[in-house]
Amino acid sequence: MSSRFRVSLILLAALASAGCEREQRDPRGKPLPEDQSNVAKGDPRDNAYENVSYQLAQGQRLYGWMNCTGCHAHGGGGMGPPLMDEEWRYGGRMEDVVATILNGRPNGMPAFKGRITEQQAWQLAAYVRSLSAQPRQDVLGSRPDKMSTTEPATISEREKVVDETPALPRDEKD
Amino acid sequence: MRRALPLLLPLAGCDTVQSMTGGDGRQGALFNDLFVIFAIVTLVMLALVLTGLIASIFRRHPAKSSVPGENDEARDAPFRPLLIGWVALIATGLLFLTTATYLTDRAMQARAPANRLLEIEITANQWWWDIRYKSSKPWQTIRTANEIHLPVGIPARITLKSNDVIHSFWVPNLAGKQDLIPGRRTDTVLEPKRIGVYRSQCAEFCGAQHAHMALDVTVESWADFNAWRVRQLTPAPAPATPLALAGYNYVTTRECASCHAIAGTPASAQVAPDLTHLASRRSIAAGTFPMTRGHLYAWIADPQGAKPGNNMPVVGLEPNELHSVIAYLETLK
Repeated sequence: MSSRFRVSLILLAALASAGCEREQRDPRGKPLPEDQSNVAKGDPRDNAYENVSYQLAQGQRLYGWMNCTGCHAHGGGGMGPPLMDEEWRYGGRMEDVVATILNGRPNGMPAFKGRITEQQAWQLAAYVRSLSAQPRQDVLGSRPDKMSTTEPATISEREKVVDETPALPRDEKD
Repeated sequence: MRRALPLLLPLAGCDTVQSMTGGDGRQGALFNDLFVIFAIVTLVMLALVLTGLIASIFRRHPAKSSVPGENDEARDAPFRPLLIGWVALIATGLLFLTTATYLTDRAMQARAPANRLLEIEITANQWWWDIRYKSSKPWQTIRTANEIHLPVGIPARITLKSNDVIHSFWVPNLAGKQDLIPGRRTDTVLEPKRIGVYRSQCAEFCGAQHAHMALDVTVESWADFNAWRVRQLTPAPAPATPLALAGYNYVTTRECASCHAIAGTPASAQVAPDLTHLASRRSIAAGTFPMTRGHLYAWIADPQGAKPGNNMPVVGLEPNELHSVIAYLETLK
């Protein structure tokens, strides 16, 4: 192996390690200053939340925690309108979705202001928009974080189904 | 000798709240015994091998013959019984260790008695432990977080679940590790032999705050345990001071109540640690801080400071709100 070849190998490895940097996360969710000169291009927070996988994943978590599924299901809609199509009753930009979440909308959408933080509302909005594939495709997760859980057949010891009659309630000493 | 002293320093860590060699639980003691047996047997064998090697260096060699192999027969004859004995010793030793391992394993796997006095369900989350003491009577179910209390001498059946990634439940003083796997139920039995305070640590890398995922284990007498259980079953007391009342109003109507539950109040969300008896616990945020007023302030004001990435958001409380929230949380004994 010539020394020049070795040197170029090392340089190549050093170059490749530049890709190792982790995606920047802002756990405190400091609100970004709104730059008035850029209003035409939208809120500067759009990019900070929508194009970061971490924020989308947090939004997905909150979507379950805050029971969005109760009305919107997993995007397909139910009592509430579907979120996975391209129709938006109150606008589909990030700011619009955040406003919908924080302030509520007529006919059922509750206001979450004071129930979740602004950071969480932006994370939720980013996830909601990802349901209709609005953010960049390389940011989206390829599968949901949560597994669909049914008890596996491999559990050997199962809870016994006790035939309980009202006359003989099961009583345990504890 | 003085130079060797620093080498002994790590042994000083062996007798603490987080120690594998303490033998404070039945399974841990069994494993410790097995470890000692292995250490003795293998050290004896090592000594024998080294003795043989050293003896062979100093052995007087017979005069070399010009014909290769001529003297071999005569030279090796006295060693034949030794060689046969050596093979027999190795075979016996391996059989002994295998039997000891098998018996220890059987003893560890032995099922807890049929009377299910104590059934605990532990659900791991990034990065905290959700604890439920189960009971056939729903009103006697206890939900707490990041701490378990166990009565001494009574086997506790523990069911393990995970909500997100693979974690591992490990109380080094009491028993070995058991993984918590999303979508599966695993189980283990803890049978503490000695009263004490121990620390459990997640033993499977589970994300950025894996190191800050500890569990306080308190082993106490049956009477103390029952007193604890009865106390845990009571709902949170009503706020007594105006400051605590303001905190109560904030906690139960604002961001806190979206994730946390406090029994006896409208706060009933299930996705974050139960706060009903928060102030009676030994630590905050899964063993990250000791439970003191100062650490409570630090944690509520900026949860992302010491444990960045965890799911408690920075709410941005105003100073008066922060004071009242802490005043209320401190009443949750």
